[in-house]
Amino acid sequence: MSLHRSPAALDALRRQVRLIELADCATGRVLPFGVAGIDDRLPGQGLAMGALHEVAGGAEGALHGAAAASFAAGILARADGPVLWCLRQRDLFAPALAQAGLPPKRVIFAEAGDEAAILGAMEEGLKYRGLAGVVGEVAKLSMTASRRLQLAAEKSGQMAIAIRRWRRIADAADLGQPTAAATRWRVSALPSSPLPTAGVGRPRWLLELLRCRAGEAFDIEIEACDAKGHLRLPAAMADRSASPQPGQERAAA
Amino acid sequence: MVGRVGRRRAVASLNTAAAEAGVRLGQAVAHATAMVPGLVLQDLDPAGDAAALDRLALWAQRLYSPVVAADAPDGLVIDATGAAHLCGGEEKMLIDIRARLEKVGLQSQVAIADTWGAAHALARYARRAIFVAEPGVIGRHVSGLPVSALRLPISTVEALGRLGFDTIGELEATSKGPLAHRVGYAPVRRLDQAFGRHAEPIEPVMAPETLTARRAFAEPIGAPETMARYVTQLVAELCAGLEAVSLGARRLDAYFVRVDNRTETARIAMAAPSRDAKRLARLLCEKLETVDPGFGVEKIILAAPGAESLVFKQTESLGDAEGSADLSGLVDTLTNRLGAGHVYRLASAESDLPERSVRAAPALETVEDFSWPLDWPRPARLFARPEPVETVALLPDAPPAAFTWRGVRRRVRCADGPERVFGEWWKADAELARSRDYYQVEDDAGERFWLYRDGDGEDPATGSQRWFIAGIFA
Repeated sequence: MSLHRSPAALDALRRQVRLIELADCATGRVLPFGVAGIDDRLPGQGLAMGALHEVAGGAEGALHGAAAASFAAGILARADGPVLWCLRQRDLFAPALAQAGLPPKRVIFAEAGDEAAILGAMEEGLKYRGLAGVVGEVAKLSMTASRRLQLAAEKSGQMAIAIRRWRRIADAADLGQPTAAATRWRVSALPSSPLPTAGVGRPRWLLELLRCRAGEAFDIEIEACDAKGHLRLPAAMADRSASPQPGQERAAA
Repeated sequence: MVGRVGRRRAVASLNTAAAEAGVRLGQAVAHATAMVPGLVLQDLDPAGDAAALDRLALWAQRLYSPVVAADAPDGLVIDATGAAHLCGGEEKMLIDIRARLEKVGLQSQVAIADTWGAAHALARYARRAIFVAEPGVIGRHVSGLPVSALRLPISTVEALGRLGFDTIGELEATSKGPLAHRVGYAPVRRLDQAFGRHAEPIEPVMAPETLTARRAFAEPIGAPETMARYVTQLVAELCAGLEAVSLGARRLDAYFVRVDNRTETARIAMAAPSRDAKRLARLLCEKLETVDPGFGVEKIILAAPGAESLVFKQTESLGDAEGSADLSGLVDTLTNRLGAGHVYRLASAESDLPERSVRAAPALETVEDFSWPLDWPRPARLFARPEPVETVALLPDAPPAAFTWRGVRRRVRCADGPERVFGEWWKADAELARSRDYYQVEDDAGERFWLYRDGDGEDPATGSQRWFIAGIFA
């Protein structure tokens, strides 16, 4: 069901509901991706700031969450202010965050012993105004926990990103469970952009929007974050730019 | 009492009756029970003992001197400087301590000397219940005591015994340089501490000059809400006191004196000095759930030990301040909840090895951007311990054609590398010739991994030539 085909009355009602929803939020601000293929299909032309977003890795990414972490870093890199990153394992490599646009001076890490403490730390960070956003790496995200985070995010206007990361592949089915998050993304690694020579090109992801409040799900193939956190649509092979990429120089070495 | 020495169950502590029956410290439990039928065994509870010792230190602090600390595992150390006269002299004070402990069923041996080390040795090895050492002549008192009186680990004492040192006097007479070479620096340091050549501060339960706010209650209080209310009032009072002298608290200790004469404490620590009453009260009230009021609390003391200077600062009033936001509130809340060292920044360290290139820095420290060039891709996840992988690779410098990790075989579609990292010979001699070759590889599914070969592929001196996985790219 798309919007333009529904009756005018229903459209008006939708607008009203949207206004009521927005009235509760500290801000109705959104953070655009800068990629037309994504922004056009999100309500408000971008990712809502004062909201909870879920990001999971696809396939084996459900275990290590490398692409999910990079995707989250790229989003918050484009927002202003420091970021609180709550985690359980200290296996996040800070230089990779810097390469996704999030330099070390913008990130504070909070290491917690269990999931409840991570959720608590995230909520505390959301209450505290002055951050760009809060990221937490959790496996379980119950309806209650996600609603608390969503309400805290709405109140302060800061973005909350829950990186879902499980210990076993079988547990990743948990992603189907309903939560109060505004959007739910899945990022899976795809073969990197082809290079004219041997070597690894710019990483590519399959970005799936599995669930979106007041929006439609979609999926898109995209090139991973650059040093400023921007995603890019893969150029078709025919009109590839000939500018040298770091990968090429290395491959030739 | 039964404790563990390595894998062996051994006697960790015993009473006079057991000692008379022939049981020795460190004896195997099986041996002791065979020797003494009807021996009563109890497991050692180190945590419980330490807690009891801390309670005893708080008690001693109230009675004798503000500077009291637990001297684990079985003693208390009291800095009696300027405090003994309150009991009528040093000997009277020791008699008083011993009598009071006896009243609650604790046998004790007490000694007073110029240094912590000497007092420790004399209390345990002087074979007198009360020992007052004359000031200025430590050597005369302690030289006859065995080296085990020096607070050394058992292994060191045994090593000294093998070298022929039995008493402190012999140890003191020998030259220290070769001694440190043979058995390590610990005996020399302990000797210096015992003879007063090396300062050994006592970390007090509470320092005497600490700013405090206290309130005593005619009726003991116990309800959490009531405690929170009074704590909030006390924090406000203390903050007013801090403001008057331009100080900010780095630590707040709340002592809750219960009617049964036990003291419960709650402590919060701040990343930066603060006297924001609202914030401190909130942090402290979060800790109140750990305080057991028992039958009631009759006195609350709030102390700010080690307060630091904090001068007035103009705050922004119009709009948000540009630049970095003040994160100390958030950092304090999280640190007090998650524990010290769990809230941090990651900063670059001077090292080529990826595992060593990042260090945790305090959360409020301003860290610089990474100093290394960022045009080499780095993995989002780096394994703390690289895992070995089985590979098919051409020597000397080709990336693997396929590798098996965690039981899954992956064909490498494309790869980048090598990026050679050399061992850091200034850290360890073993690294002098070592090198690693890092490759970024991508498998058919598009998963990207960071592999390295331990060694340069040719020279066995550079490493084992085995392959490892270091991390996973986004």
